[in-house]
Amino acid sequence: MSGGASTASEATGRTYRRRPQHGRLFWTVADCWNVVRRGLTHYRRQPVSILWQLGFPILSVLLYGYVFGKAMRVPGGGDYKAFLMPGMFVMTVAMGFVSTATIFVNDAKKGVIDRFRSMPMAPSAVVAGRGATDLIVACAELGIMMATAYGMGWRPEFGSGPDFGVGFVKAVALLLALRFALIWVGVWLGLLLPGPEQVGGLFAIVFPLTMISSIYVSPQQMPHWLGQAALWNPLSSTAGATRALFGAPTGQGTSWPEQHALLLAGAWPAALTLLFLPLAVRRFRRLSR
Amino acid sequence: MSGDGYVVEAEGLEKRYGDKRALDGFDLAVREGTVHGLLGPNGAGKTTAVRILSTLVRLDGGRATVAGLDVARQPRQVRSRIGLTGQYAAIDEILTGRQNLEMFGRLFHLGRKRAKLRAAQLLRQFDLEAAADKGAGGYSGGMRRRLDLAASMILAPAVLFLDEPTTGLDPRSRGEVWEAVRQLVADGTTVLLTTQYLEEADRLASRITVIDQGRAIADDTLDGLKNRVGGDRVEVVVREPAHIPYALQAVARVAHGGQPEADMGELRVHAPVVDRVGSLSEVARYLQHYGIPVEDIGLRRPSLDDVFLRLTGRRTEEEPADQEPEFEAPAAEGAAA
Ligand SMILES: Nc1ncnc2c1ncn2[C@@H]1O[C@H](COP(=O)(O)OP(=O)(O)OP(=O)(O)O)[C@@H](O)[C@H]1O
Ligand SMILES: [Mg+2]
Repeated sequence: MSGGASTASEATGRTYRRRPQHGRLFWTVADCWNVVRRGLTHYRRQPVSILWQLGFPILSVLLYGYVFGKAMRVPGGGDYKAFLMPGMFVMTVAMGFVSTATIFVNDAKKGVIDRFRSMPMAPSAVVAGRGATDLIVACAELGIMMATAYGMGWRPEFGSGPDFGVGFVKAVALLLALRFALIWVGVWLGLLLPGPEQVGGLFAIVFPLTMISSIYVSPQQMPHWLGQAALWNPLSSTAGATRALFGAPTGQGTSWPEQHALLLAGAWPAALTLLFLPLAVRRFRRLSR
Repeated sequence: MSGDGYVVEAEGLEKRYGDKRALDGFDLAVREGTVHGLLGPNGAGKTTAVRILSTLVRLDGGRATVAGLDVARQPRQVRSRIGLTGQYAAIDEILTGRQNLEMFGRLFHLGRKRAKLRAAQLLRQFDLEAAADKGAGGYSGGMRRRLDLAASMILAPAVLFLDEPTTGLDPRSRGEVWEAVRQLVADGTTVLLTTQYLEEADRLASRITVIDQGRAIADDTLDGLKNRVGGDRVEVVVREPAHIPYALQAVARVAHGGQPEADMGELRVHAPVVDRVGSLSEVARYLQHYGIPVEDIGLRRPSLDDVFLRLTGRRTEEEPADQEPEFEAPAAEGAAA
């Protein structure tokens, strides 16, 4: 049994054999990291693409905050802009699943996923690495959105004493939990869609999902049936919980989901992950059928 | 390695998609250091065979080894011994050519430093140095394919699978890819090449398996296949159907090793011959004697198209008889007023 990869390169006399001296866990982590590197290099090569993704939430802030702002009323009182900003953060993470789906649908279509699967790398790293990339990018996006909001006069409450910053950190954690759950929705959709042409159609899901939620207006201000849907929208729970944690007016009424926003903001992402993570993994496995 | 000189061995491969048998008892043996052509029409099962051998899909029956490793039981080991170039160029279009190769190199577990070195080396080998630091999205079709090939060569694999590597390329890019493949083979890589282009198999492959409806229907050297259709033929094209009997008589006089055949649609008559020039002038003289006008007359070497026709009774573009045609032929219009 001669070492196979030794025919390599007459040019340098070097042989290119993979290095098996490390264990499987080492390589799985290394593979993940290399997939993350790839994703981050995309942003390094095309930095504007992040602004494209943020363009919509930022435009919405401008539109709602400045154009309609004066006409908007938060139930229970409070400044509409302070109410709106956490909603925009939710929207930013919510739209992220479109970019997860986009990269998967492109990679699947072009055969990049097949190339990965024909290589000795860990197959799980294809999905896990993408998820990690998306979380890192989500942090950057939230940073940019918060800086923008700050520029527009948004001032979160940090509290004082031993609790200083705890609410803020919790709010960010809830936003990232939602993003984490949506990674799996994105992977699943990306492997489900026949081609990149259909990705645009995903915005047809994003729009109603963000509109029929408490992102822009409180569900109490909607027609009854619409308000009911908005109350139970996972995005509303995260928006309500983060508003409270940022010290913003919540505009919340007395309904059960509004009273338990913090609980639901944790439960919804957990439930979505429990549902879509297995679905995404199953889709990925089905590639080898 | 198994020692008998075969790097790919498949026996009775089966793959079903619903009721469709994509592979139906497919056999294959590829000798080390050769280019082996897998030739077949659309839907014959070429891609399915490559996907099974490269561990991308599970087989439903049969057995296959690559570099002596069982594809079903040792997929991980197989993956470190193969390269795959699929029907599309599987590269990252946002990254540069160099970044692509370095990324794949690291994912092939070369380690950072060696991945860099290997990338530089492959960029040189595949003549991509000038564009190495430009985004791969801007590459021409031929350059993408070469980058794609380079990526599958990172580990200098024992077997390289090429699935229709030149489909959709212009003739120049096609030539570039052929050149790159020839070089790889000269360096000792074994290549399994699927193609619908007869010319491509003709140019690159030393041995060819013809696949049709999921089964290997022939496995032979190029010359062996050509011999099956009986060497050179003399061919006459006449102007009118009424002249075909004369043409048949003419070529029957010189036919050797086979009966004359007539293609009524193309008004073409042909037969195998041995004495090439003698037969040609004999046929011409005979037809002239009877005053038969001739559209074309000549000698023809058999093409792989002929081989396919001989083996299956169909031309390569035709659908198998038991399959519904995908599009209905336009209904014949009644005579226009
Ligand atoms: N994932 C799949 N699901 C269902 N049917 C499939 C699938 N993959 C292949 N088939 C069917 O199996 C048969 C063989 O397909 P395959 O792609 O292997 O052919 P091919 O020889 O590569 O054709 P082409 O020259 O068009 O690439 C076809 O009839 C095809 O429709
Ligand atoms: Mg194919």
